[in-house]
Parts: sequence; structure tokens; C-alpha cells
Amino acid sequence: MLIRYRGREGMLAWAFHRISGVAIWVFVIFHVIDIFLSGANPSAYDTVLQIYASPIGRMGETLLGAALLYHALNGLRIIVMDFWPVFTRYHRQLWYLNWALFAIVGLPVAFVILKPIFGG
Amino acid sequence: MTQRYSRSGSVRPTRQGSERTIWYLMRLTGLALFVLSLSHFLILHVLYDPKDQTAAFIANVRWSSLFWRANDWLFLTVVIIHAVLGIRIVVGDYLKGRSRTAVMAFFYLLGLSLFAFGTIVVATLPQPPA
Repeated sequence: MLIRYRGREGMLAWAFHRISGVAIWVFVIFHVIDIFLSGANPSAYDTVLQIYASPIGRMGETLLGAALLYHALNGLRIIVMDFWPVFTRYHRQLWYLNWALFAIVGLPVAFVILKPIFGG
Repeated sequence: MTQRYSRSGSVRPTRQGSERTIWYLMRLTGLALFVLSLSHFLILHVLYDPKDQTAAFIANVRWSSLFWRANDWLFLTVVIIHAVLGIRIVVGDYLKGRSRTAVMAFFYLLGLSLFAFGTIVVATLPQPPA
């Protein structure tokens, strides 16, 4: 359904870039607060990190990694098209290349992060 | 002509000025973050597991050297610049005039606060005894 929308891949690439960017914003706020606690209140920091290491925390961590990796790869795609306009002709192919790299890099990382949930 | 190149990012402003500087800055910080953020994630979410990252780990391992403190402070600085300029694009797409100014004032303040809190902790967390 989404892929048949008039904007197609270019529009989805843009929407995901925006959504992942805002998601990373939210995490940066949390992350600066938690790392500040490592100095101001070390035991509170340890508690927060235990939440990050919980099964739900690990799922959030995986989603954060996915948002970060997508935003990084698509950001490169934008830069490539901005500075070498000839690549705008292949913006779809570049987007699919992004997803290939996303899977190749992201799946092993997700496996490592999520493994402890299943007792690994 | 330039319109054709607007598939994903915003078109580079043709006139020289702050908007064009911001356009370049967004791409420059993005490129830096490709390295800084992915290496940060790889080290602290894959090589080290969060269950091992106590406050003692930060003080004794992660921030035991000036190099990693400087690295993380640079990362913080570049993230805040990219995040504030990025949200500026998003806000500008939905709001105009006074409401845009008000919302952006909030985000400038938020960005500045995050930068201040991060800088304080990275600069003042005591070094472990040698």
C-alpha cells in the first residue's frame, strides 16, 4: 500500500529520514540526562543502565540502532545526490542499496544486542 | 534545473548567505556523524554490553583517557549542531512566522542545555586514581 503511494521510494526515504531523525533526537535527550547522572548520582545511573539492559530496553536499543543506521546511510545517499547530481537518476537504486547495507550490517548487530534476552 | 535535484534533501540555496552556510553545515556534520555515531554505537552497544556499563565503568574505563573524553565531547558538539539544524528544517516545514520562532526558541534552549549538561559531566567526572 505504502509503496503504491504517488511519492513512492523517494517519498518513503524522506519520511523515514524525518521519523528516524526525530527518534534519535528523543534518545539524545535521554542519553545526555543519563550520562549526566553518572557524575551527579552514580547509583541512579546504574539503575537506568539496568533498564537499558532489560529485554524491553534491548528492543528499544535495537530500534535506536536501526534508526541511526538508516539515518546515516540515507544521509550519505542525500549527500551523494547533492554533490553529484547525476546520481539523482538512480535515487531508487541507491535507496535499495541502503537497505541491502542496512540488512548486512544491522542484522548481526541486532543479533548481538538481542541475544541475552534468549539467555545467550 | 535545481528543482530536479530535490528528491531527498533540500535544494542548495543558490544565494550566498546563512541559509547556504547552514545547508553545507548540515552535510558536513552529517558526514562527521556517520563516523562518530556509528563508531560510538558499535563500541558501546555491541562490543560492550549495557549490562556491564555502570557509573564505575564510565569513570574507570570509558572516560579514563583524555582521548575518549575529547572524542565524546566532539561527538556531543556535532550531534547538537546537526540535531538543532535538522529540527529547524522540520519545524520550518510545518510552522511559519511567530509560532516557528517560538518553537525554535524552545529547541535552541534545549540544545544549549543538553550541550551544557554533557559538557559539565565529560569535563568534571573525576579521573580514576592512577
